[in-house]
Amino acid sequence: MATEPDPRSPAVSVADLRVIRGGTVVLPDLSLKVDRGEVVGLLGPSGSGKTTLMRSIVGVQQVAAGTLTVLGLPAGDRDVRSRVGYVTQAASVYNDLTVIENLQYFGALHRAPPDEINRAIDAVDLGEFAGRVVGSLSGGQRGRVSLAAALVGKPNLLVLDEPTVGLDPVLRRDLWATFRSLASDGVTLIVSSHVMDEADECDSIILLRDGKMIARDTPQGLRDSTGTTDLEDAFLRLIEREGDLT
Amino acid sequence: MSAHATLATARRVLRQLLRDRRTVGLIVVVPSFLLVILNFAFDSQPSTFDRIAPTMVGLIPFITMFIVTSIAMLRERTSGTLERLMSMSVAKLDLMAGYAIAFGAAAAAEVVVAAVVVFGILDTPADHSVAAIVAVGVLSAVLGMVMGLFVSAFATTEFQAVQFMPAFVLPQLLICGLFVDRSRMAGWLEGIAWAMPLTYVYDALDRLTSPGSIGGLFWLDLGVIAGAALVSLALGAVTLRRRTP
Ligand SMILES: Nc1ncnc2c1ncn2[C@@H]1O[C@H](COP(=O)(O)OP(=O)(O)OP(=O)(O)O)[C@@H](O)[C@H]1O
Ligand SMILES: [Mg+2]
Repeated sequence: MATEPDPRSPAVSVADLRVIRGGTVVLPDLSLKVDRGEVVGLLGPSGSGKTTLMRSIVGVQQVAAGTLTVLGLPAGDRDVRSRVGYVTQAASVYNDLTVIENLQYFGALHRAPPDEINRAIDAVDLGEFAGRVVGSLSGGQRGRVSLAAALVGKPNLLVLDEPTVGLDPVLRRDLWATFRSLASDGVTLIVSSHVMDEADECDSIILLRDGKMIARDTPQGLRDSTGTTDLEDAFLRLIEREGDLT
Repeated sequence: MSAHATLATARRVLRQLLRDRRTVGLIVVVPSFLLVILNFAFDSQPSTFDRIAPTMVGLIPFITMFIVTSIAMLRERTSGTLERLMSMSVAKLDLMAGYAIAFGAAAAAEVVVAAVVVFGILDTPADHSVAAIVAVGVLSAVLGMVMGLFVSAFATTEFQAVQFMPAFVLPQLLICGLFVDRSRMAGWLEGIAWAMPLTYVYDALDRLTSPGSIGGLFWLDLGVIAGAALVSLALGAVTLRRRTP
């Protein structure tokens, strides 16, 4: 196992991050910190840069400038990669393999013990589909396989790009219970979402708009500062307020 | 580098390969099928068949492995699984070595089946050892594989990937010497042929199927093939970016 430089350093620390994709500036200059064991919701309109920020944190995004430190090491460092789980927005698993075979492969790369595979399957409630070829599953089921593939590695930091899209309320609630229990074990989670009632499950929320962080607060704090009772209204107000300024 | 990750990748790629019946068919059955057809096509010229069939045993695997690998690697790139792998602690070389082992095993099966058909069933005479032809065939398959791996970086869809077949492989096949003696080609074309890796695969196979001693040039051919494979592998590793734009 990799040596931990400082176990109390922030889980993620981003300073002056600048990312340019396809000639346009997606993240002009972003700085933020995420504490260990925190569940952070990453919200913002489509195209605001959520995925780009996540890719930067897990070290697969070319960045133009800035420093990213993850679990005390530079983002994308070999030693930190084994401790970060990333679930891409579109399910990234092998469609021609079964659920079990996919998890066996990703588990083997993480050197996870076999019972970890069963635990991951249970966590996403796919027990009855374990032997099915992933390509024959529904979109939401495929997404859960993708999530399970990140869980087998027992990461210290989980970066989840819209993990609950296309799931019914019961499954969403169960998954959030899983996320909360991971967090209580000390795992840090960064979760992007479009669903506002999920934002309430987070310890803290980052609201992005055009690559800029326009709010960073607890759900209650956001409601209070915008004078709303509903998170959805709070977001709309914040986004409109920013729009008026620019 | 980790043997563990390499073997896990090899096992996973083999599983994917075996799951797809048609790909298994393309690899194991199609080359032999083509050779049998060729045998009947040269029904009245058996000596011509005897001359080209042994070289085909070694050349066809280059083509099939090139196609299969370029598409498999492209899928890895477009399905997001490569992005996931790059966010994990896997070394790029582990991935490429895993692919090489899996497809290398498939290539060996392909060449052995084709050799059994040509030398066993069709009873084509071999001037030198059949084992050597099989070995060159596997080497040529590995070359096709690493080249397919490399060119997959320049395709964004499977449609584009199959276009490499007529644009990149077919010209090499036409000028490698199989159809026309290279010394009878236009000078500039012969020069290009000398720069193509498949030419050396053909030469090595041709030496093995011609009477007389094999000669030191055979080993030079093998050296060029291995060198071309290593260069493609290195280029492939370069195109496998951990960070993308
Ligand atoms: N591969 C790419 N090449 C060039 N530009 C890109 C690429 N991917 C994304 N972009 C651009 O970067 C910006 C941010 O995209 P990003 O995917 O980070 O947004 P997002 O907040 O995740 O959106 P969504 O909620 O729709 O997933 C967008 O304007 C998008 O057009
Ligand atoms: Mg996104």
